[in-house]
Amino acid sequence: MAEARDYRAIGTRPVRPDGVDKVTGRANFGADMNLPNMIHGKVLRSPHAHARIKRVDGSRALEVPGVYAVISGADFPSGAEGEISGEGGGTVSDLAMNIMARDKALYHGHAVAAVAAKTAFLAETALELIDVEYEVLPPVLDVDVAMGPDAPLVDEHQRTRGNESAGPSNIAAITRFERGDPEAGFAEADVVVERDYRVPTAHQGYIEPHACTASLDEEGRATVWCCTQGHFDVRSMTAGVLGKSVGEIKVVPSEIGGGFGGKTVIYLEPLAVKLSELTGRPVKMVMSREEVFRATGPTSASHCKIKVGAKRDGTITAATAWLAYEAGAYAGAPVGPGCMSVFAPYDLDNFRIEGFDVLVNKPKAAAYRAPGAPQAMHAMESALDELSRRIGMDPIDLRLKNCADEGTQAPYGPVYPPIGIRKCLEAAKVHPNYTTPKAEGTGRGIAAGFWFNIGMQSSAEVRLSEDGTVTVMEGSPDIGGSRASMCLMAAETLGVPYDIVRAHVGDTESTGFCNVTGGSRTTFATGLAVVQACEDIIAECKQRAAATWDIDADQVDWTDGEAIPKPGVNIDVQPLSLADIAGNAGRTGGPILGRASLNAQGAGAGFSVNFADVNVDQETGKVDVLSFTAIQDAGTAIHPSYVEGQMQGGAVQGLGWALNEEYIYDDNGVMENAGFLDYRVPVASDMPMIDTQIIEVPNPSHPYGVRGVGETPIVAPLAVTSNAVSDALGFRISDLPLSPPRVLAAIDAHEEA
Amino acid sequence: MSKVHVTTSVNGEPREMLCEPQQSLLEVLRDELGMTGTKEGCATGDCGACSVMVDGRLVCSCLMLGVEAEGVDITTIEGIAEGSTLHPVQRKFLEHAALQCGICTPGFIVATKALLDRNPDPDERTIRYWLAGNLCRCTGYDKIVRAVQDAAAELAHEA
Repeated sequence: MAEARDYRAIGTRPVRPDGVDKVTGRANFGADMNLPNMIHGKVLRSPHAHARIKRVDGSRALEVPGVYAVISGADFPSGAEGEISGEGGGTVSDLAMNIMARDKALYHGHAVAAVAAKTAFLAETALELIDVEYEVLPPVLDVDVAMGPDAPLVDEHQRTRGNESAGPSNIAAITRFERGDPEAGFAEADVVVERDYRVPTAHQGYIEPHACTASLDEEGRATVWCCTQGHFDVRSMTAGVLGKSVGEIKVVPSEIGGGFGGKTVIYLEPLAVKLSELTGRPVKMVMSREEVFRATGPTSASHCKIKVGAKRDGTITAATAWLAYEAGAYAGAPVGPGCMSVFAPYDLDNFRIEGFDVLVNKPKAAAYRAPGAPQAMHAMESALDELSRRIGMDPIDLRLKNCADEGTQAPYGPVYPPIGIRKCLEAAKVHPNYTTPKAEGTGRGIAAGFWFNIGMQSSAEVRLSEDGTVTVMEGSPDIGGSRASMCLMAAETLGVPYDIVRAHVGDTESTGFCNVTGGSRTTFATGLAVVQACEDIIAECKQRAAATWDIDADQVDWTDGEAIPKPGVNIDVQPLSLADIAGNAGRTGGPILGRASLNAQGAGAGFSVNFADVNVDQETGKVDVLSFTAIQDAGTAIHPSYVEGQMQGGAVQGLGWALNEEYIYDDNGVMENAGFLDYRVPVASDMPMIDTQIIEVPNPSHPYGVRGVGETPIVAPLAVTSNAVSDALGFRISDLPLSPPRVLAAIDAHEEA
Repeated sequence: MSKVHVTTSVNGEPREMLCEPQQSLLEVLRDELGMTGTKEGCATGDCGACSVMVDGRLVCSCLMLGVEAEGVDITTIEGIAEGSTLHPVQRKFLEHAALQCGICTPGFIVATKALLDRNPDPDERTIRYWLAGNLCRCTGYDKIVRAVQDAAAELAHEA
């Protein structure tokens, strides 16, 4: 059981071990890999959102000197089986077709062929010489249309899971669950709020485009260097798509330039391996920013309906949620987690939740930071804001009235262990940014956020060097400072200074299996493996000390980085430090290393409360965020600066989604804003400082009380923004983004009404 | 197309390179000179990951051709530290945890140095507008702005 206690290393803010490389340009990211004899691959992408591929012919391209290979769907095995591990989910078969279309192109930008050539420029030029014959089909581009009876079918073979006999449908799956009697609950309510909410497609927007380099040797063994959130998953997915065994593929992760879920899946790696196989040369593939927008990751656009009823005292008597998410071209929208998160902060007796996973002719949705939760919770947290106004109750008090606690059965099933939602709400209520009245003419909004967090599989090895310095080898790509957290936990456990510990992310052949850096699992699960590996070291060091002193190991204590005889053991010896034991290891049994591998349970849910003040320019519709406050339960903050960084970065991503970010399509399904100029993510001048307050309700399932913090921060800002803008305007806009054109149109419509 | 011979200076050292006419300065730095510290995020001048200084001016190296580098002085991220001593901007980025993934960091550091070279005492608003051409998707900018403020204060103290 983790309890708040005094730590030496944990809670401090040292410089990260990989920091110097990253401020000097020395760190190698995905596109920084170069090999002798290397050539370059590029992808030809469908110009149609929905089309049958009649023929792909690369012969004209292959006539160009310096063009070495052209591949298309026919070059890959069909009938790949299995499920993808990791956060996004889906089948290997869908993955294989998503990264190289077979008989149909299902979205504008869908890969239909790839070429390898001497230079990237030549490869790009050669794409124009690949002949593809298409039969253009009508696309379906909107979740509501796609659910209708006469919608074009994205996939003629798709049926609704559990209702296959009903025939083909764009609805891949329906999730339903309920508790109590919602109708009876609504009948008891004094006030009922019911409204529709729409959230647009948004992209993760990592600054580093996808990149990989692959080299296949003469025995068919492939090495892949790439930027990824999980190289073991790259290995299994690449193997699945190519029909290889994982033993034939080694994946070496580079540093990763952001992912936010979007680099838990693959797009290029099997293509690069196949091109390397055909040419006998290393092949490098790097996406352009436009390709990143058109063909990778976005998250789901959604249409949500919320109905919530309460008594005058604020007690919620019933709530229902209807959530329809766009999956893109293949099943797997994160509507399941949307359903499970929508009411998660609350203790409800009567509710019903329905979710729909709906195919449309858009890129396949990938995980994006708390996948599915922002859309659903934007709806619920907006409805609660409206409810609080209708009954004249402070929005924090309304949430406190219905707040889940330890022992509450979560709406998604389990009974909550200790959780931090109430403490976050109480902290918000007394926060100086909240107790200070908002400025005249501005609006203030508040909302709660939630993410489950996950555990899953991790491995770690901790090695003692002969001078007592410590090497941590683990398999979680460091996307935001996790090496520092690993070193802090190792230093704390071993009782040694932080700066003698170095953490490394090993490739698939240098360290044990590790699931993706995703699900806010790394500091929790890989951290747990590191702690256990350090405990393994301590046990071994006690053995070595005992042997040196000729006593039993259970007569030895480990304190402040030293072996000492236990109190009462009558022996006159000096303590043996880690360095003493390491230096003598050759004479006491050989090198010392500790290891751990585990499937971590009890990740500990993460809750947050955020609030903001905004100004709305009535003439232009532009919303300025004047202040933003993020309060979140981190369990225990191992490196508080990086916890704050997650809270601030997630807040600004959420604000970008709320204020401006959206995929804009023409009628043919062509994205019209596939670049950072037009898909405008927040820049420094758009944002204020993001104030943070870390709440620490230790997670009992982790020796230091860690719970994941990475994903929860993006959830609340959507409703915070809606609620603040609605407060400023005096009427509600329920759809996002609250971009100047939408806000201005709403102001004009409201004035006319 | 035949390559063009370009004589230039990178981080104070004379360099010669053969550029294809369509190659951007970014591509030449990365692919011909092997200086991969300068990053590509968009290749359209929207993200600032490829920021370098050319004759003391901040530019997106993706928007300049390699052949335009004839006779200029280029400063890249590899030239910001002095020998084995980090520049105060680099140190403050580390101390403030002003990076998470680190892909935008070289561009931010070059852009920050360019700012402080011309304005040693910028206020928060000036910092935010100067850095508005550099996208960071991880930090939300808070810790970056604080690192720049702190670096400016330290440099002012040293001066």
